[in-house]
Amino acid sequence: MKKEIPLAIVFVAGVFMAVQFFVPHAGSEWIYEFVMEWTIIIGIFALALGIWSLLRVSTTKIKRKMENWPYAVVLLAGLVSMIIFGMGFMGGVESYMFRHFFNHVMIPLHATMFSLLAFFIASAAFRAFKARSALATVLLISALVLMLRFNPYLGPVGDLDADLASWILNVPNLAAKRAIIIGIGLGMVATALKVILGIERSYMGSD
Amino acid sequence: MTNIGVIISMVFIFGGLLAIMIYSLRGKDIDRRIIFLFVFISVATSVIFNVEFKEYPTVIVKKVFDKIESLPPGSKVLISFDFDPAMKPEVFPMANAFVRHCLVKGHKIYLMTIWATGQALMNETVETVIKEEFPDAVYGEDYVTLGFKAGGVGVLNVIITDFRKMYPTDEHGTSLDSIPLFAEVKSAKDLDLVLPIGGGQPGPKEWILFIGDPGDVPIAPGLAAVVAPLIYPYYPKQAIGLLGGVKGAAEYESLLRQVYPQFQDVPAPALRMMGPQTMAHIVIMAFIVIGNITYFRSRRRGAE
Repeated sequence: MKKEIPLAIVFVAGVFMAVQFFVPHAGSEWIYEFVMEWTIIIGIFALALGIWSLLRVSTTKIKRKMENWPYAVVLLAGLVSMIIFGMGFMGGVESYMFRHFFNHVMIPLHATMFSLLAFFIASAAFRAFKARSALATVLLISALVLMLRFNPYLGPVGDLDADLASWILNVPNLAAKRAIIIGIGLGMVATALKVILGIERSYMGSD
Repeated sequence: MTNIGVIISMVFIFGGLLAIMIYSLRGKDIDRRIIFLFVFISVATSVIFNVEFKEYPTVIVKKVFDKIESLPPGSKVLISFDFDPAMKPEVFPMANAFVRHCLVKGHKIYLMTIWATGQALMNETVETVIKEEFPDAVYGEDYVTLGFKAGGVGVLNVIITDFRKMYPTDEHGTSLDSIPLFAEVKSAKDLDLVLPIGGGQPGPKEWILFIGDPGDVPIAPGLAAVVAPLIYPYYPKQAIGLLGGVKGAAEYESLLRQVYPQFQDVPAPALRMMGPQTMAHIVIMAFIVIGNITYFRSRRRGAE
């Protein structure tokens, strides 16, 4: 029964959701919305579980003075302070402190991390973007054409480059991406079928 | 100032790059800190001298602009702020440009987010764009903020059938039934256009899959540059057009300024950011070329 009940639930839920998509009836839509609300509630519990797990891992790290443990202190301080600042009695997410921390700590930190990419991309491009083979040359030329396309310096003079860049994006890029998306879609259908039919059972754990 | 800035920057950058190429051709390895320094200088000089370029809108961006232009005043447009501070510099200008364009055209805008970090950014748009630039816009009649709801794709799957199931109230706790903007809106299917802005998951792709396709609602996403090529396969049918990165935002701001001269003096951060980005691109391209020249030279030497 330990395995049969979950398998039955998955089978019924999976078949229902697949059939429901093709039944445009008010009753069918009502059940769909009901199930979707469950998904959100489960998602919120997963969030709570994630915070609990983060707290456990961080406190253990601090207690045992493991490598980089001071970062865990900063993490916990940030987590706790943002929760407190975001609480209703402190003014909620519109409170001065919450907005101040968000605008003057979180935004600059995120932006800094993201902008470091420019430096690493420049260094990586210098070392790796080399015409070592025919395919690498195609990649290199495509990259240069697209980078030039994003360069307003060329202005209307760059019409030819803009056309070429659009062609690269709309033809080879689109063809490859669509093939990948269709492949992923078919793979997802196959995996979903395996789960619904009970062939794929790894989600139930090892025992 | 701009012209002098461009000249000084170019002389400095290209002089330095030439020196590096000569150094590199002598068979000496270039330390990556030198590359970092050049990227830094190219960005810093452009920021200091406020280097700006004229933008020429591409078809894919113009289609989004034309769609908003072609909608009759009073059309219902939803803008979703599905991004975090890391993406803010790239996509926030798009959000503000969309809001300006919709309000100047007299459309009704619905603001929401399925990212927790999007709420504060959404409110920033309300405070700095709507309240400051459109003081006559009335909350509940011209715009409404639904705020953030947890659940990701689940949220989209519910609002495609009924907004009120997911949002019984707006961000401020007012029942949707008492908000005039929701008098004729039951679900996302009743919207005339959806503008999801972001680059992560859930994001614009999910809006296309779970709102655009099943609800037959036109979608025009604003995207971070790294994900724009991933959304291209959905253009032109599932996504009527798209804005990719700072470049897309700058093109949109440029169009907005061309068509509505009253926006000449409002901030255009994407247009400003294109200067440093362009200079950094030039430096990266130059390094790629230098890298290849030295590679072929060293290969020839090896063959000899």
